[in-house]
Amino acid sequence: MTSENQDPWSEGTPVPLYVITGGPDSSAKAFNLVTLIATRSEPEPAMQPEQAAILSMCTYPLSVAEVSAYLSLPFSVVTVLLSQLVDDERVEAIAPVPVAAFPERGLLEAVIHGLRKL
Amino acid sequence: MDYASSDALDAGPRGTDMLLSHGARGVKVVIVGGFGVGKTTMVGAVSEIPPLTTEETMTQAGVGIDHNPGAEGKNTTTVAMDFGRISVNQELILYLFGTPGQERFWFLWNGIFEGALGAVVLVDTRRIEVCFEVITRLEDRRVPFVVAVNAFPEAPQHPLSELRSALALSESVPIITCDARDRASCRDALLSLMVYLCTLAAAQETA
Repeated sequence: MTSENQDPWSEGTPVPLYVITGGPDSSAKAFNLVTLIATRSEPEPAMQPEQAAILSMCTYPLSVAEVSAYLSLPFSVVTVLLSQLVDDERVEAIAPVPVAAFPERGLLEAVIHGLRKL
Repeated sequence: MDYASSDALDAGPRGTDMLLSHGARGVKVVIVGGFGVGKTTMVGAVSEIPPLTTEETMTQAGVGIDHNPGAEGKNTTTVAMDFGRISVNQELILYLFGTPGQERFWFLWNGIFEGALGAVVLVDTRRIEVCFEVITRLEDRRVPFVVAVNAFPEAPQHPLSELRSALALSESVPIITCDARDRASCRDALLSLMVYLCTLAAAQETA
């Protein structure tokens, strides 16, 4: 969405994205939008602020998509930051429920049950 | 520079928007349709959190380019993915992603459909042509989907059977009407997708 107050690039983000990610060589692991991220260690003062923010907000698990939204950073930038945090064992990445060509009945029935309670 | 006091980096979920459970896993459904068709409205109607936006580095790509006939009342265009969340139970979190159907956004689709349960194609009967490519694309990718016709008050009313043939949908694909503003209506659209997925899974088991 490109409402005026949500454009993170116009002002207030003077740091180029390649600085935030630590350079173009950083390898992003295979994160899905709904991979859940859970903090495993406290943020430290010397940490990069974006990474410290991730550790603060993921005390309870949040999806990569939510981290991206709350930080106002593109998904691909967030995955690079998360790769470093996973490598350092500061966060845990919980993979989504695997969905084959056809999802399992049990999974679908759980979703149906949950939706009916809405 | 005092980064720590930056507003952006203090951002995070409200306490009530935090997940309560460790050990939960994510699963997703994609809502796809043209600009102004009501994807974000639908996400917001059923989500337990206010809809959020995640984006790739393509901000404002559509401004001045995208033609939005019949939906002039909409001022902002979705060039990113709006999404919401439903905690199904302690172990399962369902995410709903709304994504534009236009061809130049399809490069995003690799990631977005990876591991998705299925899709809801949201249709505006005033601009039904937007859906042809979307439906072809979903069929090519073997993403199961249902078609939900968003019942705009000023839109022409067609019998669902006519829409089915206009969209060249196979008889097995569910087509329903819904009101994207209404929680129960959107829930029912998602339920119809889940029930359809169950029938596909059952057919697969007996095959």
